[in-house]
Parts: sequence; C-alpha cells; structure tokens
Amino acid sequence: MNMISDPREHLVVIGNGMAGMRTVEELLKLPGGKRFRITVFGAEPHVNYNRIMLSSVLAGDKSIDEIVINSREWYAENEINLITGDAVKKIDRETRTVISASGVEVRYDKILIATGSRPLAPPIPGLGLPGTCAFRDIADVDKMLAAAKTHKRAVVIGGGLLGLEAAWGLKQRGMSVALVHLMPTLMERQLDAAAGQLLQRDLDRRGIAFFTDGQTEEITGTDRAEGVQLADGRFIPADLVVLAIGIRPNIDLAKAADLEVNRGIVVTDDMRTSDPDIFSVGECVEHRGAVFGLVAPIWDQAKVCASRLAGDETALFTSRALATSLKITGVDVFSAGALMAEGGDDDEITLRDDNRGLYKKIVVRDGKLVGAVLYGDVADGQWYLGLIRDKTDIREMRDKLVFGRAFAESLPPGKTGPDTASMPDDAQICGCNGVSKGSIVCAIKDKGLVSLSQVRSHTKASASCGQCTNLVEAILADTLGGAVEKKAPSICECTDAGHDAVRQGIVAQSLKTMGAVRAAFGWKKPEGCHKCRPALNYYLICAWPGEYSDDSRSRFINERAHANIQKDGTYSVVPRMWGGVTTPSELHAIAAVAEKFNIPTVKVTGGQRIDLLGVKKEDLPAVWGDLSKAGMVSGHAYAKGLRTVKTCVGSEWCRFGTQDSTGLGIKLEKMCWGSWTPHKVKFAVSGCPRNCAEATIKDLGVVCVEAGYDLLVGGNGGVDVRVTDPLVRVATEEDVLEYTGAFMQLYREEAHYLERTAPWIARVGIAYVKKRLVDDAEGRRSLNARFLYSQKFSQDDPWAARAGGLDAQEFTKLPELADA
Amino acid sequence: MHDVVWKKIGPLSNIPVRGARRLCFGLGGKPIAVFRTGEDKFFALVDECPHKKGPLSEGIVSGNTITCPLHNWVIGLDTGIAAEPDEGKTQTVPVKLENGELYIGLELERAPA
Repeated sequence: MNMISDPREHLVVIGNGMAGMRTVEELLKLPGGKRFRITVFGAEPHVNYNRIMLSSVLAGDKSIDEIVINSREWYAENEINLITGDAVKKIDRETRTVISASGVEVRYDKILIATGSRPLAPPIPGLGLPGTCAFRDIADVDKMLAAAKTHKRAVVIGGGLLGLEAAWGLKQRGMSVALVHLMPTLMERQLDAAAGQLLQRDLDRRGIAFFTDGQTEEITGTDRAEGVQLADGRFIPADLVVLAIGIRPNIDLAKAADLEVNRGIVVTDDMRTSDPDIFSVGECVEHRGAVFGLVAPIWDQAKVCASRLAGDETALFTSRALATSLKITGVDVFSAGALMAEGGDDDEITLRDDNRGLYKKIVVRDGKLVGAVLYGDVADGQWYLGLIRDKTDIREMRDKLVFGRAFAESLPPGKTGPDTASMPDDAQICGCNGVSKGSIVCAIKDKGLVSLSQVRSHTKASASCGQCTNLVEAILADTLGGAVEKKAPSICECTDAGHDAVRQGIVAQSLKTMGAVRAAFGWKKPEGCHKCRPALNYYLICAWPGEYSDDSRSRFINERAHANIQKDGTYSVVPRMWGGVTTPSELHAIAAVAEKFNIPTVKVTGGQRIDLLGVKKEDLPAVWGDLSKAGMVSGHAYAKGLRTVKTCVGSEWCRFGTQDSTGLGIKLEKMCWGSWTPHKVKFAVSGCPRNCAEATIKDLGVVCVEAGYDLLVGGNGGVDVRVTDPLVRVATEEDVLEYTGAFMQLYREEAHYLERTAPWIARVGIAYVKKRLVDDAEGRRSLNARFLYSQKFSQDDPWAARAGGLDAQEFTKLPELADA
Repeated sequence: MHDVVWKKIGPLSNIPVRGARRLCFGLGGKPIAVFRTGEDKFFALVDECPHKKGPLSEGIVSGNTITCPLHNWVIGLDTGIAAEPDEGKTQTVPVKLENGELYIGLELERAPA
C-alpha cells in the first residue's frame, strides 16, 4: 500500500473512548499535529460517544445518537483510519507493531494508550448469570433497557455516582429498584454523611429502596438472576442485578508490553509511559500515585499529551482540585476538595434548611477554602471550586461565604443568579471541559456565535454534564448585549420570553388578550404561531376565568372539534362515565348511536369508558345530540383537561376495600371535569393498597387505607413511566377534595403549557409541591378556592352546545354550488 | 395555461377568521381547503400536507401560514411551500372574491362534468 510512501509518522491510538479521541481532537488543532497519520482501534462497535451521558440515555433523557461525539464522517474528514469492534491484543515493542484481535497488524512510530477502565467485579457467586450486568458501555445500557421492558425488579449494587445514576435510570424506566451499598451513607467519597443522608432521603421518596451497610454475598438464581443475598441475612428478589461498585484501570495490554504499571499505567508529567514513544491518557493511567475517574483532569491530560505529541516539550500535567456532580433530574449535588475538617485548625461552616432540602458545608483552613459540599442548590459550585483552586484569601468574607456568591460578594439588590458579567476572564465556567469565561467570550466574538448549541460545539462548554448551561447562556447574553438575567427556554421562535415570564407578566400587568401579551413581550410575529397561540390561550383562560373568552382558532383540532381526529380523518367520541360507572340506559343509548350512525368500532378504553371510533365529522353534532338526550356529557378524551377518574369497586363490594373508592372517584370527577389544564390529567382512586385502579401511575392517585386516604401525585404511564410521589395522608373525603382542588390549581397556575404533572414535579421537586400544599394550609385553601371559582365558568358541556348548533361551520363542508 | 372554470363557493363570511373550510368537491380526486386569514386574505390549497397528507383545513392559521395538525409542518398559504427545515409543496388553487362571493378556479379538463 501507500503506507510506506507516506512521509508522516504513524500514531496508533488504542481506545476509541473519550480520553483518546479528545487527545486526537486537541492534536488536530495544533500545527504540529499535521506530522501524524492516525489509526484508531476501538473495542466497541460504535463511534466515539460521551460515556458520561450513558445515564441520561438509560433514564430516557437522551438517545444514543445524541451522545455521539464524533461521527464516522468526522473520522473520514480528518483522514483518521478508524477500526471499530476490534480490540488490540498486543503491542510488540521490538518490531514496533500493534496487533489486533482480528489479526490486523500495523507499524507505529508513536502509540497512545487510552484503554480506559473496566468495571470492578469482585468474585461474587452468581455474577455473570443472565440478568446481571455492569454499567459501563452501550451494550450494558442495551441489556438494562431490554430487562426493563420485560422484567420488574432491579437491584443495583453500589451507592456511588454510577450506581445511583443507574438506579435512577431504571426507576425512570418503570422498574422497582433497590440499591445495595457497602457503606452506611451514599457517595461517601464525595459527600459527607449529612449530604449523603439528604440524598438518600430524597431518592427514597422517589421510590428507590436502600440497603446500606449491605455486603453482597451472592447473586442467587439458576437460569438467570433471581435475587441478591446479603451477608447479614437480608435477601432482595431481583430480575436484573447491576454491579456498579467502581472501576479499575485497564492495564493488561500495557503490562503485557512490559511498560511500568502499578494500579494504572504509570505516566510522568508529560503523559509518557516508561517507553518514551508510548503515551497514555484517561482512566487507565496513574500519575503521581493518583488514578482518575472524572472527566476534567482527563481533558487536561489530553491537552498536555497532544502538545507533547505535536512537539511542545514544555507542557506538563498537574492534578487540580476536582468537583463532582450527579446527573439525576431534580437532585442537585456538588462537592469539591475536603469533605470535612481534618485537623484542629480546620473549620466547618454549615447551612441547613431541611424544609427546602438545602445543605451547604464549606471547609476553611488558614483563611482559605479547601472544601465545599452542596446539596439542593449547586449554582455556586464552580465559584467555590475557583476559590479552592486559586487558594483565594477568604478571611474578609468568611462570615458570608456559606450563604453563596451573591451574598458574599454583595451584588446589587435584585440580582440573584451568578453575575457572569463581573467574572474575571480566567474564571472557570465549565468544570468538565475546563473552559474559562474568556475563551467562551472569544469564541462568541470571533466566530459570531449566537446560540447555546453553537457555543457548545465550538468551545465544548456545557457539552458534557450540562450543569453550567445557565452560566454559558448568561455569558452569551452578556456578550451579545442581551439581558444578564437567566434565560429560560422561550415559548417559541416568536419571542425570547419563557413560559414563566409570560405567565407572571399576564397576571402582574393585567394582560387580558393575546394581542396585549404579544405587545408587552415584543412578539416577532403579530399573530404568533401554532406553538405560542395554544399556550397563550390557555394561560389567559387560567389567569382570567370568566373574563377571557376562549379562542377556538388557537386550539388544536381535537380541542376545537371536541373529538379526537383519527388517522383517516374520522373522529372518535368518548362520553363521560363518572368514576367508570354506567347504567343500562346509558349503554342502550350508546348502542343505539353506534347503530344509527354506522360507527365501525366500539371499544372499552383503559380509562373505564367506551370509545366510539370512526365517526364522520359531519355526524358529530347529531351523535352528541343523541348522547346528550340520554344524559351523557363529553368525556374530554381530546382535551388538555381532566380525562378519566379510574376507580375500583371499593368497600361497597370488595372484601378488601377500606373506603368507598367508587363514590370518591365520582365526587372528584364531578368537581374537576371541564377544567382546562396545561396537559391532560388522569386520576384514579383505589379502595385499598392492592391498588387495582393503578393510582400510582396517575397525575393524582388516591389509595384508601383504614386510617384515611393516601394522596399521590405526578405519575404517568406512557413511554417514560413515572411512579407517583407521596404527597400526604388525610383523614376525610373533604380533605381529599380540598387537596385535589389545590393540586389542580397549582398545576394549572405554574406548569408550562404541554408539561404533564410528572415532568413538572420532576422540575420543581416534590418538596416544593408539599411546601405549597401540605405545609401552607392557608395557601392550599386559597388555591382550592381559585380552582372552584374557575370551575364555575368551565363546566358547560361542549357537546350539548354544539348539538344545539354552536360552531356549525366547524362540522359542515362548504356545499357544492351550481356551476358558475 | 389551461382554461379555468370559476365555481362559486359562497360568501367569505362562511369561512371563520383564522380558519378554513373544506369543499364538498375535489380537484382531480383531491380535497380542497379554503382559508381566511386574520387580515381577511383568502387562499385555497389542495387539502393535503406534502408530508403525510394531513388535512390542512384542520390546522392553525397564523399570518399567511397554516400548520398541519398531524406533525406541525408549516405551509405558506400563498405558495403552498413548506417552511424550512421541511421540504415539500402543496398544490395551490386559484381563488377570487367578487361581490362578496368566493370563486374557486378549476382547470377545465379536471372540473367535474
């Protein structure tokens, strides 16, 4: 081949992971990088992807495609020879060749070993059974997702970062999850005991069962995993067991090549191994006795290694203070440096607010900050990290430090978020990728960047874990001359305003028409678009009950036609069956309608009602007319409003029933039907904890118990199953109704349009909902009162009105007229 | 150009502002939708989205565009062309207003007998 005639040196990269490819990217940026032609071997069959985000893939927040870092086209464009699915099995330093498992043999001038790490797998009996896996690569995630589809119970072994993210992801996928941890508190290497306990409490509330101080003795099972046996006798049944107790540098190849290894492949400050032609970066290396599991220092290694490869003989790698964060939606954790006071001269300063779920601890030594642990509010994490790294003298602000940056630096009143404008250029913004404010500003100015995604692709800032996204957006706004305030995603392209700002503006400025809202917020299109109009229409209905009149032209077809459009252009009709209870006369009427209008399909729905499918649009008013005569009203199966209230038969018939669940369901449905909400809402009432009505996957579920009623909120079925969070246990039906009205109104007033209760609660946190509904009785009563008031204007049956002739144009075609 | 036959379809007030109606007759077997904008401009298109043939007459009218109810493609009422990043075109149909009555222009050989 022409390999021999190519004058460039040959760099062989072993490992197609984040560390190796980051080094190659850095190398390609340098003038000296041109001296190499590059071959990359990857053991996995995939291109290079962001391993940190695997937990987001597992949780369903991202797809595999979204975590790909470099596509095959990128390798081709940069003339990199990529060999995937073929691990290197030998480095022959005598003949200067690298040999792969499939027998590919290449000569090298320089080697970069970036073999990463492998999951720690102690000799636990049963490990390796079908239904057991690690949490390391795409193949593991595929295994876990497959198990989540067909099985129910998962046990995760390991309560560190990875184990918790695995547990959360599986929970999001609908499994019941238990987590076994060897130590008494979670993430004990990154969090102190107090923060670890808060974390455990929050995740326990989200339905993960914890077995701390748990030493795994055996994974039981014959054909596949059936459970986990702990040494103290506890046994946890399981269909899937995920081992995530840590990682070990992957050093086999280096060891076989007689390179110096210890825990990892030993490298010096220049990232060279004991053979000067062989470099190594990433989780496989050991540098001055330390091994690495977080991304930030590995990016530093990549930079130094690339510079050295490109001929810069001065670049040196130094370990710096590190920060950790956890990727679980709604759980914010940050830690850096020392977790606790280590000697008599160290001081711990703590701030704790259990009600809001906040905890902050900083560790001070000799007038300098040496550690910070944050739980619940991590906005100041990078600021604390900067103070630790720069060894800033903090004696002046010591008494304010724990309250956060805004307070400690006494920013002007009104400013709450971090003040990016006054940050120095060398302030680190993105901890993962080591990007400073200065380099973001430069990139924005030099390359004319205008969006977050552009800044991400050019600078990598906020492209890894995403926790600094707000800061990057603020810097973008500063640099482009926009407002410094934190920019929430806008409603649509017509405006820069976010949902919350618009909702607050509607109330604060008494905006009562869509035109007024669009004028107040400087809409770019005078009539808005299909995204903002339905949202504004809803926000106005919610804010001004009885005053604002609905704009049917700003509704999706289903809500305008009060029926669900089907793929062939016909409609489906679902009358309300209160609490799933019907009567012979209602069933007669439904049967008569189905026959009279030749309705092809009559189906029982999952929400305990009857669906008439295949109704012609022009027949809708007559169908509704007949149903109205039999006393039935719209079931709002098409609406962003209350749909079904599913019930079981309860104490009236069932031998297990503790309360009248059917009767309570009917009361709830009678109270809440007809209301418009940000998205659809489903209720259920179960008469006992056997939960036949499946109340734990509804927006609001009631589970009756002997002592009263457990209220559960924020669940849903669908693609991303989410189990409800417990809200409160109450004693009487009246309490249930009051809480329900208040919950509906809080959701109506504060969620974003098209946001169901599950993502809304994941966003604001169940602690917040409890604070508003449980802790604040006064507030709860006034929310309920506002709900009942707005219901006065919404409980008109839309079907009866249309059967009587309203909106007749909607349901008739323009007639064919005589030829002109 | 082919000869065009103008068919009267009734007064503009038959069509809701920022709305549309579907016609009983079609164009070469395809349904036709007539649109009226917030500024009382009127347009007619074959009532099929270029994407999956969704009924455009059931969509939301904003300015001079219609958003398909099935997958939110945005189609220009004047051109029938889909807004970026989507690509496609829906056939436009000539329409005129005379003495308050709307007329649809049908090509002669395609007009119903």
